[in-house]
Amino acid sequence: MKAPRFKYARPGTLSEAFGLLSDFGEEARILAGGQSLMPTLNMRLSQPEIVIDINRLDELKGISDEGDHIRIGALTRHVEVLESSIVTDKLPLIAEAIPHVAHVAVRNRGTFGGSVALADPAAEMPACALALQGTFVVEGPNGRREIAADDFFHSLYETARAPDEILVEARLPVAQPGEVFAFMELARRKGDFAQAGVACKAVISGDVIESGRLVYFGSELKPTLGAGAMAALEGKSWSDDLAETVAAALDDDLDPMENLHGSAAMKLHLQKVLTKRTLSAAVEKARAV
Amino acid sequence: MADEKIDIALTVNGENVTATVPARMHLVDFLRTELELTGSHLGCEHGICGACSVRVDGVVVRGCLMLAAQCDGSNVVTIEGLSDSEEVADLQDRFVERNAMQCGFCTPGMLMTAAELLAKNDELPREQIREFMSGNFCRCTGYHAIIDAIETTMKDRKAGGAR
Amino acid sequence: MNTKGEMTQLDRQHSYVGRNLSRDKAKRAVHGRGRYTDDITLPRTVHAAFVRSPYAHANITTIDVEAAKAHPGVVLVMTGAELKEMCTGPWLGTLSVFETMKTAPQYPMAVERACWQGEPVVMVVAESRAVAEDAAELVEISYEELPVVAHKETALEPGANLVHPDLGDNLAFEKTIDNGDVETAFANADHVLEATFDFGRHTAVSLEPRALLASYEKDTEQLTIYTSSQTPHMIQAIIAKTLGLPEHKCRVVAPFVGGSFGLKIHSFGDEFAATAASMKLGRPVKFIADRLESFLTDIHARENRVNGKLAVSKDGDIQALEIDILSGVGAYSQYPRTSVFEANQILNITGGPYKHAHYKARMRVAYMNKVPTSQYRAVGHPIGNSVGEALVDMAAEKIGMDPMELRRRNIMEDDSYPRMTASGIEVADMSHQACLETLVERMKYDDLCAERDSLRQKGVYRGVGIAAFIKGTAPGPAGYYGAGGAPIASQDAATVKIEPSGNIICAVGVTDQGQGVDTVMQQITAGALGVPPEMVRVIEGDTDATPYGGGTYASRATAIGGEATYQAALALRAELLVLAGALLQAEPDSLDIVNGDVVDSGTENARIPLSELGRIGHFQVAQLPNDIEPQLSHTKRFRLKDALYIFTNGIHGAYVEVDPDTGFITLLDHWVVEDCGRVINPLLADEQVRGGCVQGIGGALYEHCVYDDQAQLLNGSLVDYIVPMASEMPNIDVAHVQTHTGVSELGSKGVGESGTGAAPAVVMNAVNDAISPFGGKVFEQPMTPEVLLKALGKI
Repeated sequence: MKAPRFKYARPGTLSEAFGLLSDFGEEARILAGGQSLMPTLNMRLSQPEIVIDINRLDELKGISDEGDHIRIGALTRHVEVLESSIVTDKLPLIAEAIPHVAHVAVRNRGTFGGSVALADPAAEMPACALALQGTFVVEGPNGRREIAADDFFHSLYETARAPDEILVEARLPVAQPGEVFAFMELARRKGDFAQAGVACKAVISGDVIESGRLVYFGSELKPTLGAGAMAALEGKSWSDDLAETVAAALDDDLDPMENLHGSAAMKLHLQKVLTKRTLSAAVEKARAV
Repeated sequence: MADEKIDIALTVNGENVTATVPARMHLVDFLRTELELTGSHLGCEHGICGACSVRVDGVVVRGCLMLAAQCDGSNVVTIEGLSDSEEVADLQDRFVERNAMQCGFCTPGMLMTAAELLAKNDELPREQIREFMSGNFCRCTGYHAIIDAIETTMKDRKAGGAR
Repeated sequence: MNTKGEMTQLDRQHSYVGRNLSRDKAKRAVHGRGRYTDDITLPRTVHAAFVRSPYAHANITTIDVEAAKAHPGVVLVMTGAELKEMCTGPWLGTLSVFETMKTAPQYPMAVERACWQGEPVVMVVAESRAVAEDAAELVEISYEELPVVAHKETALEPGANLVHPDLGDNLAFEKTIDNGDVETAFANADHVLEATFDFGRHTAVSLEPRALLASYEKDTEQLTIYTSSQTPHMIQAIIAKTLGLPEHKCRVVAPFVGGSFGLKIHSFGDEFAATAASMKLGRPVKFIADRLESFLTDIHARENRVNGKLAVSKDGDIQALEIDILSGVGAYSQYPRTSVFEANQILNITGGPYKHAHYKARMRVAYMNKVPTSQYRAVGHPIGNSVGEALVDMAAEKIGMDPMELRRRNIMEDDSYPRMTASGIEVADMSHQACLETLVERMKYDDLCAERDSLRQKGVYRGVGIAAFIKGTAPGPAGYYGAGGAPIASQDAATVKIEPSGNIICAVGVTDQGQGVDTVMQQITAGALGVPPEMVRVIEGDTDATPYGGGTYASRATAIGGEATYQAALALRAELLVLAGALLQAEPDSLDIVNGDVVDSGTENARIPLSELGRIGHFQVAQLPNDIEPQLSHTKRFRLKDALYIFTNGIHGAYVEVDPDTGFITLLDHWVVEDCGRVINPLLADEQVRGGCVQGIGGALYEHCVYDDQAQLLNGSLVDYIVPMASEMPNIDVAHVQTHTGVSELGSKGVGESGTGAAPAVVMNAVNDAISPFGGKVFEQPMTPEVLLKALGKI
């Protein structure tokens, strides 16, 4: 499978990139990590007129501690996130999730921004960003705007980013005292796309779950908050009964997609199992603090 | 600026290379057809099997998922270069002794990935060696011998064995 | 030791037979210096790409290639009709041993009708593969869709859609065997266990895809093909026959082959088309199947539904077995080996380890509008062993007997050979008992069961599985490959010769794909002659440079090719001793060869080195008496005489854990004890078993070609077709019992498929053991979480 013909450009600045995007519009594809774009090109599923390589845009790189949040540049490679002490110390949910992302070679090139912008429904980073209530910064010919993660993921591979905008960075709030994080996913093989997954941020004191954010990925069209499950656990003491109640709420929260790996019923069941296990793990972590 | 034929200048296995490449040509096709470095292999061209693994700017990547064009200015090391440098000569010897390959098609990719494992870790439990290697498909060995060879090399190095 | 207990050349102290010699090809591969077909370049090579049918069944009504032909860089566009003109006739994938079998004539590319999604329709040849694909997009074809056969379960019902209306129905072949009196046995049995087993279609997924570089010289009508094949001589025969070429002018070379597993013993239309393109153009044409087209054209295998029934007495005697096989193949019976082998093997080997007298089996093979199927590693055995061994476990559970004990009670005794299986095949030189007891010891069976039991109390669900098996290896000419009529040799040959330097060349008809066939032949030659292995170079994989052989398939290389090699080496040894005797004025039988020198036997004093014999034999023949004409090169052939196969035996053990809430399976450990007769290189034999196990596990847990109701393949890429990777695979302990086969002096049997043949069975048994507290059973492969959760009643 050889890619179809296309033009290639490697802008040195964001404004050059915007110029190209405006010239080619829908016929352009942005090349960042390439781990998702290149397979579609090689398989001729995508036949753009131009591939715009943004890998030289230094302003999109780097991880920095901004005090109340951590800034992760869109071009930050997954491996940099994995090896960052800032992430380990200040973003424990990301630190727990990142080893699940694909494999070594993919993490060496794939980018945080690429994962968020593509918004594959089984991807880990979008789910974590949503759980953390992060903010994404996009920039276009008309300037920058900030979009809350809650407002960013619209549907299957559809986000709030306009076609002429480039994702610049993610801003993820640092862990606050009292917050615990837990991440679980089920994949057929290590590094595979998740069949089901939960990213959880909770405030737990004693055995009481004061509040929790449960984000589901791998089963829905986009990373999805389990609103009913979250409401069911708010202010409650952790118990087996609570676990059942919270899981049952997913019947309304989730509408899993059937695919080659399993039925909607299977996915819903797995998300319920993961919910109980994730909350149990969060409670354990709170106890250990 | 936007073109279908791109001039590139890069380093491959320590040698300066200049070429004009089709924009659509991926790195491994460039290495194999333009530079006749046939040690990197193609098993899927969609980034799953790892047969195409090469080192670009110091890290192992899926060579089929990089355009030759985007490697302008980069430092590329293939299995040929890795071999000549003797960086993993001990690992290669263990592979032969342990018969950690059969058809050999996955082997260059396995070695490129294992080289990164060894560079980043001086000690790793067996399950984590398996995890590190879990992005490289082998159909012949069932992995047991490959993991043995890597584990032995790691232990020998830690014990101060010759590299 | 040979079968008479005599010490042979191979058992001697200096022999490398039985030792771990490293492979020369490994030394190249590890530096990235293997040479695979795509690594070979010839001047002016052009590249082929194909337009393939998007429909599973459709008439091809119009083809417009003008735009494609006009595309810059395109040198040839060929339709199926144009290719047909170059063929001497259609392919018919039948063998005379399957008398009533019917198949439709097939051409290498579809002519008027496409019968599976992916069938090649038009070939485009251009200066690069990329350009060929560009031009292929410009080919315009109109199709008229036809009714599709997508399910084997309904394919044989009256009124079903037909793959080939001319055949009248979709039944490729049907056969029943009925030995003993199964009806009475079941009627009188204390217990009858019954289940239906489903096996998912899957495929070989060799990492190097199919590859061919064909170069035709118009002036001399000579064709050279470099191809990733296990069977160069067969390719030579079929290419010549199909394209009307003089066979003696076709040379087929198999360079490094990047995995094959039976995939690459078959002939494929796109490869023949590329060869025909080279004939038309008089230029080399290269075709490398990409991964997507591999899924749509590589032979598929394993799709079977089997109903199984087993009768057991309350005391634990297995009395009768009955199976009914429905095999779902593709649109054509694969040429030349057919698509019915797999079902036939299931019929032959199910329940093979056991002493029951009553056996009935029916096989029906149904055509579907899917990719054609044929032999793939362990052919049929993964299915037959899974069925038989699951029924045995069910019987054990029913009567409350430990499954190992039930097997112990019913396996054929080690001293009871030769004997017949209930299916009517003769087996000999087996060791079910020795293997079983060795397994019990190596897996610490009792401790493992105790651990499983105690963990169960804590809500951790582990399972212990066992699967005994027989495996047919190294076929003989009495069956499919001789009497059957296919142009495939079941004899094999070796030429062993001494060079002027005294070094030895061994050229063999069997081939290497990484399992170490060349190294094994090197060791046999060196051992037989009495020289260090470094003095021996093996040549394989080139029809110009090797004696005629069948190549490597059905685990025959060591058993058949090895015996030919052994005999040829012994013949050379005998001649060298005659030459040495003439030069030394000694009796040949007072001499020996040790470490490359002719020595006095007994004292082992060196008398004359082989290098001297070589030099004299080639350049100084006058030093020898006139009544000695040095030949210096000996070719021997070997085949089985009456037996259809050399059957081997063994037993697997597995330890797994099942998460009953998620249905996910963790493989904790795996053991194999098998008997392949004399082991030439233990390391290589072990690794064959390990790799084979993991390949079998792939089918048991992950691999499945998923089709929809329109026979469209839904998961034809490595993203969605999942194969075993390192994290999930267990360590595999391997041990061998060595009961030499009496059919050869070498005493070796086949080993390459023993891992694959029973790994699915043992994992399925272990999984069912793990979930037994929940009452459900899993009889479907792949055993996905969905399958487990349904069996557990969770969804």
